[in-house]
Amino acid sequence: MSIASNHSIPDRLQSPLQRRLKSWEMLLLLVAIAIFIANSFASPYFLDAWNLSDATFNFTEKAMIAFAMALLIISGEIDLSVASIIALASTAMGAAVQIGADTPTLIIVGLAVGLAAGAFNGFLVTGLGLPSIVVTIGTMSLFRGIAYIVLGDQAYRGYPASFAYFGQGYVYWVFSFELVLFAMLAILYGILLHKTNFGRAVFAIGNNATGALFSGIRVNRVKFSLFLLTGLMSGVAAICLTSRLGSTRPSIALGWELEVVTMVVLGGVNILGGSGSIPGVVIAAFVMGLVTFGLGLLNVPGIVMSIVIGLLLISVIALPRLWAKMRRKS
Amino acid sequence: MLKRLATSREALLLGAILVLLALISTRFPAFITPSNLVGVFNDTSPLILLALGQMIVILTKCIDLSVAANLALTGMVVALVNVAAPGVPVAVILLVAITLGTIMGMFNGLLVWKVQIPPIVVTLGTMTIYRGIIFLLSDGKWVNAHEMSPAFKAFPRMELLGLPMLSWFGILAVILFYFIMTRTTLGRAFYAVGGNPHAAVYAGINVGYTQFWAYTISGALSGLAGYLWVSRYAVAYVDLAGGFELEVVAACVIGGVSIAGGLGTVAGTLLGALFLGIVKNALPVINISPFWQLAISGAAIIIAVVFNARANRTKGRVILKSAEQTA
Repeated sequence: MSIASNHSIPDRLQSPLQRRLKSWEMLLLLVAIAIFIANSFASPYFLDAWNLSDATFNFTEKAMIAFAMALLIISGEIDLSVASIIALASTAMGAAVQIGADTPTLIIVGLAVGLAAGAFNGFLVTGLGLPSIVVTIGTMSLFRGIAYIVLGDQAYRGYPASFAYFGQGYVYWVFSFELVLFAMLAILYGILLHKTNFGRAVFAIGNNATGALFSGIRVNRVKFSLFLLTGLMSGVAAICLTSRLGSTRPSIALGWELEVVTMVVLGGVNILGGSGSIPGVVIAAFVMGLVTFGLGLLNVPGIVMSIVIGLLLISVIALPRLWAKMRRKS
Repeated sequence: MLKRLATSREALLLGAILVLLALISTRFPAFITPSNLVGVFNDTSPLILLALGQMIVILTKCIDLSVAANLALTGMVVALVNVAAPGVPVAVILLVAITLGTIMGMFNGLLVWKVQIPPIVVTLGTMTIYRGIIFLLSDGKWVNAHEMSPAFKAFPRMELLGLPMLSWFGILAVILFYFIMTRTTLGRAFYAVGGNPHAAVYAGINVGYTQFWAYTISGALSGLAGYLWVSRYAVAYVDLAGGFELEVVAACVIGGVSIAGGLGTVAGTLLGALFLGIVKNALPVINISPFWQLAISGAAIIIAVVFNARANRTKGRVILKSAEQTA
């Protein structure tokens, strides 16, 4: 998407860059803490365990997808169809409910649709060698289009009572099922990206796909599994979101793809591929969640939150660059 | 020459559109009457305007996701201006709209050029910022038809030689862009920057500066379309044209503009936009639920991009075709 060339040496081997990466996460963490403190001063209702716990719903579902998206973007690809996969999976689950499916069946349906949609994206990108940004803009319309064809302007309801647990249940006191799942996934993805050969391959592909290929990494196979992962996580998010809302509409999760990408980029993942970290994405998820929640408590409408997120996104990336520029000049 | 013409992307796309029209006419003959086709073109004009701007941005290896937000913000501002001062002539409104759109485009361009933030991040950010500003300006309220002055609403419908002004803007933009892209150094620069940025630098072209201009022009067109859109539908609100940015990108992709930059034509973009416009207009009249529209355009994008990939492989990115043939 841009002409800036990727680094030829992996960031992880460069100590100054590594330091900068760490300082990025520190910066984000400071932003998160600042917002937290500002929130607690701004509203007396903020420092309440139940409120804080509720606030996590603002980001847990998006963050689940963001983890897989982070890996995909680090490898140099992108998946803009994730929100539409949610709509598709949710529609399929709704249709299954209409013919009397029970909760385990619904879970299987949701995950299977997510995997199938991811496989479709993965095939188009790796099998036919097409640019992922266009492919997924196409499948984004296609998947949501299918949801519209099936549902029209109707909604599916009548999910079984036990299904509600995934979006509304609490595992322990104030810790919701979603929050626990988010934490587990964060650890799993952290290990996958930073501690395994697969993660190393993801970084290698993002930095130099040709080089990675010649060093024996099966580039297309890795990329295909990354698309499977974003599809699967969209399926997981679809289960949680559908369970939380208790209904399926074709407009479910509309516009989430951009919020997920924002979360990933805010978390310090290079949109051109090659660098990034899971802890960064976790902090970015909290930052976005805290901003939404804090502004919500102040009765600031959700749309104004988008200004803050947009400004945050641009300034977090622009300020270090401008600063470096000014230092070079002086 | 004839063979090249017959196998070109534009000819293929034109063929696809004609087949589409023929299929529609078997179900609903009145669709292909001239007056209806003029209506379809008129409906598609805003998409054509934005797609032409998006085309040059994509040519330079960038992307502009903020066009719909720019359109909506400009539309809201001119609507509010109209409410506050109903006497302001349309010419001034047009000037305000284009200026505002241009400024927003320049902002994108500066961030890409001077701060070197990746284009997708810049426009993702400004998209949400511009949308948010609409809310701040309007307080979330709608500006409805009865609040707008008659002159404000009448302009895009005003007929000139049997065509509404809205259509004329689409036609003028196509002609203007055809000349920019084929007859000016700026047009050449757009192709050169996207085709091979390193070579462009050696040819004395400032890559960032060219991208800045691409964003500026895209912004100006979005601003213009903002006024036309709001005055035509006589309503302005926060979510106006929501998601339209992806339809614009889709029109470019269907029209054969390569997302990798450097490859694409005005005619192709026009046809890509018309294809989407015809699909959108035809579905209700041939009794297919409009809910099919998204899926159909999605499938069209995927099919088009498969074709694009083939075209890129065989043709390469030749920007000086005539020179190569004579050599």
